[in-house]
Amino acid sequence: MSSTPQLPPIGRIEERTVVDLLAKGRRMDERKLTDYRALEIETGIVQKANGSAMVHLGKTKVLTGIKVELGQPFPDTPNQGVLTVNAELVPLASASFEPGPPSEAAIELARVVDRGLRESKAIPLQALCIEPGKKVVIVFVDVYVLDHDGNLIDASAISALAALLTSKMKRFELKEGEARMTDEVAPLGIQNEPVAVTAAKIDGNMILDPCLDEELVMHSRLTVTSDHDGVICAMQKGGMGAFTDQEIRQAVGTAIQKGKEIREIIRGATAGK
Amino acid sequence: MSEPEIRLIDENGLRVDGRRLDELRPIKMEVGVLDKADGSAYIEQGKNRIMAAVYGPREAHPKHIALADRAVIKCRYHMAPFSVEERKSPAPSRRELELSKVIREALEKSIISELYPRTSIDIFIEVLQSDGGSRCAGITAASLALADAGVPLREIVAACAVGKIAGKIVLDPSDIEDKEGDADLPVAFMPKSNSITLLQMDGSLTEEEFNQGLDMAIEACRKINEMQIEALKRRYISVKEQAEEKQESREVST
Repeated sequence: MSSTPQLPPIGRIEERTVVDLLAKGRRMDERKLTDYRALEIETGIVQKANGSAMVHLGKTKVLTGIKVELGQPFPDTPNQGVLTVNAELVPLASASFEPGPPSEAAIELARVVDRGLRESKAIPLQALCIEPGKKVVIVFVDVYVLDHDGNLIDASAISALAALLTSKMKRFELKEGEARMTDEVAPLGIQNEPVAVTAAKIDGNMILDPCLDEELVMHSRLTVTSDHDGVICAMQKGGMGAFTDQEIRQAVGTAIQKGKEIREIIRGATAGK
Repeated sequence: MSEPEIRLIDENGLRVDGRRLDELRPIKMEVGVLDKADGSAYIEQGKNRIMAAVYGPREAHPKHIALADRAVIKCRYHMAPFSVEERKSPAPSRRELELSKVIREALEKSIISELYPRTSIDIFIEVLQSDGGSRCAGITAASLALADAGVPLREIVAACAVGKIAGKIVLDPSDIEDKEGDADLPVAFMPKSNSITLLQMDGSLTEEEFNQGLDMAIEACRKINEMQIEALKRRYISVKEQAEEKQESREVST
């Protein structure tokens, strides 16, 4: 059952600072309302994974590892590989994360990242079928949140995409009815680049890329994931507040623009890797 | 999606069930359908059959979840094992867990929870039969159940989804339109305060298509909101009439 969360306490002074500064169009870290924090992407840091990417978004750190395995397709899509996205809010990332079964926040995070990848058809699932109805390639995307300073959705989506873009897998072939791994190594053949951009609403102001202090005082957030053609492929509103329709329309336009800038950074960090 | 096997829109621009692009499915709402719950409501929207119940404000359980300055809102969206084509395990799926969260968040703003600190208001949504758009119909019913429970509300929340089939934006997609279609955009809305309290999307929409879809969803939510208010009036006017009849029969007998 989902229940109203007990938010970790935020100091009155910090809360006032965030709100008062925003009223003047400023933020605690001197960013403009639509600025992102510094974004750094490192790829290939886990050699045992098929691909990996560590994203630093300000002080937020997310590591995604990709594992590719053979398995069975879903009965309703016998000719397609399988995409599985999971997110772990690792207890070392925040005082509010606890070990145990995934929280609703972790499930929401994984499902929003999943929808972006799935709906933009980033992964060529048709090409990942080896023997229809029997053997297909399963792509596991495991998002590992290591340090939580806000905006986990965007950092996770960037990290998942960067990891997928740099993933390599051994080609599978069917020999004498058996699916076998060859020695030939190839990229996954990612065919789209969905980028999630999250806007937060605080006291009627809209900002992008909220840090944790801003998330603790925000009323609601809106994530818009757009693909490389600027087409929206996933959206998610979160938080207990509401948006007016004008706020949503404006956030959508801004998110598509911002998505282009972030996509270029991801391309720069993954090209040729 | 690959080539749909069935034609979802015919040459007259009508949909598989004969609806126009901007037409809702038939909707039936009834308030106060359960005896034990503090508030309840039932909705039929197309083939959706959904029951919502509210318990509370009551003691928060477990106690540590209680909040000092407001009531805790708890919400469970659940699908009956027989509600879909192939039996669904009764254990909550990841989809149901996510929907429980976004539905709770869609209703939070409507509830004046500050009036009941340290208590819990519990919302249960059971999908008895699912036919596309069940989270939205669930929200519509849950908001009625909250009103029926006497929970003070800022506004009633109405919800409706918009989809895209054969390149056209359509209102209130049914199961088959949702599965074969190219986008699903559920929206929950409170008309007086122009508040969008739930918004999700998956599929593929240009910014222009999204804006058109949002307009269509908001317009539909306004209509559904009127139906909700009518359903509440029906319930309480009938309660009032029953009370008056009893009063009259008592007066006659004395």
